[in-house]
Amino acid sequence: MSRKLPHILVEVLSVLLALAIFGVPVSYVVTNAGKTPVAAAQMLIAPSATTQYLKNFSDVIAASNNMLVRAFINSTIITIMSIVLLLAVSSMAGFVLDRRKGRAIAWINFLVLAGLMIPPAVVPTIWLLKSIGLYKTFLGLVLVEVALSFPFSVLLYRGYVGAIPRELDEASFMDGCTGIQLFVKVIFPLMKPVSTTIAIITSISVFNDFVNPLYFLPGSKNVTVQLTLYNFISTYVNKWNLLFADIFLISLPPLLFFILFNRKIVSGMVAGAVKS
Amino acid sequence: MQRRIFSLAAAAVISVLLASGAYAADRQKIVWLQWANDAQQKAIDAVVTAFQAKYPIDIEFEFKPGSAEGENLVKTRLAANDMPDLLTYNSGSLFQVLNLEKNFVDLSKEPLAAKLLDSFKTTVAAGKGFYGIPMQPIPAGGIIYNKKVYASLGLKVPRTWKEFTSNCEKIKAAGIVPVIASYKDDWTAQLLLLADFYNVNATTPRFAADYTANKAKFATTPAALRGFEKIQEVFTKGYINKEPMSTTYDMAMAMLASGEGVHYPMATWILASINSNFPDKINDIGFFALPGDSSDKNGVTLWMPNNISIPKTSKSIVAAKKFLEFFVSAEGMAAYMSVGAPDGTFAVKGVKLPDAVFPAVRDVLAYVDANKTAPALEFLSPVKGPNLPQICVESGLALKTALECAKEYDRDVEKQAKQLMLPGW
Amino acid sequence: MAGSTLRLYSYAFFLPAGIIYILFFIAPTFLSFFFSLTIWTLSDWRFTGLDNFRIFFTEPSLSIGLRNSLIYAISTCALKVVLGFLLAAFLCTKLKTRGFLRSLIYFPNILSTIAVGIIFSSLMHPSHGLINTTLAFFGIQGPDWLGNPKMALFSVVLVDVWKGVGVAMIIFIAGIQAIPQHYYEALSIDGGSSFDKLRYITLPLSRSSMNSVIMLAFIGGIRSFDLIWVMTKGGPGFTSDLIASIIYKQLQGGFYGLSTAGNVVLFIIVSIMAVPLYRSLTKVEVDL
Repeated sequence: MSRKLPHILVEVLSVLLALAIFGVPVSYVVTNAGKTPVAAAQMLIAPSATTQYLKNFSDVIAASNNMLVRAFINSTIITIMSIVLLLAVSSMAGFVLDRRKGRAIAWINFLVLAGLMIPPAVVPTIWLLKSIGLYKTFLGLVLVEVALSFPFSVLLYRGYVGAIPRELDEASFMDGCTGIQLFVKVIFPLMKPVSTTIAIITSISVFNDFVNPLYFLPGSKNVTVQLTLYNFISTYVNKWNLLFADIFLISLPPLLFFILFNRKIVSGMVAGAVKS
Repeated sequence: MQRRIFSLAAAAVISVLLASGAYAADRQKIVWLQWANDAQQKAIDAVVTAFQAKYPIDIEFEFKPGSAEGENLVKTRLAANDMPDLLTYNSGSLFQVLNLEKNFVDLSKEPLAAKLLDSFKTTVAAGKGFYGIPMQPIPAGGIIYNKKVYASLGLKVPRTWKEFTSNCEKIKAAGIVPVIASYKDDWTAQLLLLADFYNVNATTPRFAADYTANKAKFATTPAALRGFEKIQEVFTKGYINKEPMSTTYDMAMAMLASGEGVHYPMATWILASINSNFPDKINDIGFFALPGDSSDKNGVTLWMPNNISIPKTSKSIVAAKKFLEFFVSAEGMAAYMSVGAPDGTFAVKGVKLPDAVFPAVRDVLAYVDANKTAPALEFLSPVKGPNLPQICVESGLALKTALECAKEYDRDVEKQAKQLMLPGW
Repeated sequence: MAGSTLRLYSYAFFLPAGIIYILFFIAPTFLSFFFSLTIWTLSDWRFTGLDNFRIFFTEPSLSIGLRNSLIYAISTCALKVVLGFLLAAFLCTKLKTRGFLRSLIYFPNILSTIAVGIIFSSLMHPSHGLINTTLAFFGIQGPDWLGNPKMALFSVVLVDVWKGVGVAMIIFIAGIQAIPQHYYEALSIDGGSSFDKLRYITLPLSRSSMNSVIMLAFIGGIRSFDLIWVMTKGGPGFTSDLIASIIYKQLQGGFYGLSTAGNVVLFIIVSIMAVPLYRSLTKVEVDL
């Protein structure tokens, strides 16, 4: 087909179509984030003559005693804690999972695979967190996030370790390395690319997470960015300009990551999906 | 002795630290979990400001959504011992499922107890105590309507459902929306059914008691079933606006005020909002009781005011009590009415209404003075199912027949009653 | 030699992850089997046998979630597979703008579900929304996307596909790029058209990426919660309720036992669907 149409036409048409479907909703947010409430209520995509971006942003930030600021700090802390813990535990686990064979490993593999599919049991998790005093704490949420992201990242690590030749292990063993030394000095540094990928993907998914904070971290002091946005739906009835200003602000960090690490994110998604 | 000295020293050190802080922390802060966009917020803010000026205590608001979602948020936070110092909540059955004796501070020994109407206190009572103060005037449920349209079409206030529907036909013929449906905020869908309770009670006085004892059901009590039928009828006869699922409470208010829609099944708490959003229209707004099937039984269903309570987990119970005392004091009530006329009488004794009340409030007071009132079901029975709003939407869009909806609600109620371990269920 | 290095791979490496995973994922899963059989207040429980499950399957407002979740999972999955594959095949041709297009189509993935839900709630507004005003421009009367009970679930499905098709596309692209070029060259020599290439080479050799996409999309779809919650809250009435939104409503309502029973139902469906789906899909691959 495309051979008959001029190439340039195909290119232009596909870009236009893609912009209409995927670009319009985004520019809709951008233009409406700067409108007055009345202008935003008209739900038009065209920018209005007068814009008030700064006012909208500062209104959103100041709302409910600077809730958004608190939320940004909280989400950042939770995201960083989750990444550090996740990288530490799943890189070690992935290492053993690849290097060892046997019935125990087969079982672990099964449980890990199951974790990719099985929905987490919400109320029992709340109950458990409560019993050990971690409900409503950052640490509690972080541990849940790590447990839920673990299967995906351990599979990535396992696949990656599989490509590191065992000769390296043996050579280190001859040099008198212990397991920990081997892992810390040789294996972990070699896994840097996959660690970066996991860190990026996890940071976006934890930062964008709504469900788990909703379940496991209630309370106004603990708000995360997505919960703030969700709460604004009911507080900002019909104030679309402020809702969109909020969306605009909280989408900036992931957007920044996307621009900087586009390739990494995509390759990580592929590796993870294909391996699982 | 040594320990005491130590703790004294510690207290001294701490107070020095506090005093030297950049913000001298001699003002206490208490947190109030309140509904977002509450119709009374302006009046409440006025009370809070007056309180803060008088006492070294600041009140910070946390907002929760309305409807089932807000209820559920409170339940979840109660279960997690994560409550603020003050809580706004519905009085009656919804409040009473919260295990009041365990979770809230008893107010029956406080000076304010003598000031409140007993009819209010019973709706926030459990055991020997009671657990909240009224946050607003007593609301009445029925039809809020646009008098201007009524006058221009020459309509009379209906006393029966038949008269009501014939009015609707005339309004529809004039090209105006007869009944406003704002099902995007699904809690508004149940008002027609809830406000119909005066009529249920008038024909079937034993319903509330039998219903609590699991002996009467909505589906098998014709008068109760009428509520679901009426919600459906306004839809099937084409009385409601287009796009009910995209219409919110706020939009409905605007439609009513502008006369784009004529009837809104709602309670009088909407009046304060109409007054602040459309001050030039408040005198166009009137009220009539939800019409029943016979004209000699025509009366209004009264709600009890939402309440403010103090969760037991609060670390500032003394300060919170001070606020409640202030709220129902003459000073507090004066501050409440300083921003505009209230939308009903108060459940606080000895509060005089200003002379200029809204016309709709005058309409309500006519029923009250004639003693034609009944409390809503939720103040007579602890049994209220969590899914009533959605079920009313189902009936209101004719997704199911009214009877099916009534049956569905009866089952919904059963779930709640069992969880509450009520006798007879 | 291998035996001696085995000492390097102590199970202790697995311990930290194992503890976290067992405590915060496996244990709650097992606990859910027990608590699904109770009336539970979190501090106290009373055994009620299979009562919760009876309620879950007989109450229309609950059982509708089962049906809706299956519809949701199957339709999002099918659309993502078909559209993802076509987009991938198209964006593996020699387009100059393909890098840009890939990024653009993948982009919605980095937006949060809540944000996407709000954006589309606005775009899908029946009278003012951009979608219907655009349709009206072409003389088409658009539906009430989220307010029409017959439409709401499907509208959310479309939004889900909008957000997720990029992932499917990327996975397919990876698969297609792994297909050796000489297959295509051979077909060209035999005089095959572009369509033949797609039909006889690209499609069959993308089976393994297709398995991944189907698994991911289906499991994701059946567990889906946040998008429907932001956009419809399960309404109008209960017409767009999913199992997960019902689980959440019961949790909020304080029906902890019932909520947990919902979790167990979801667990069972996922297991029933996942095992044979996975088997049959991998078998197809072997047959090739």
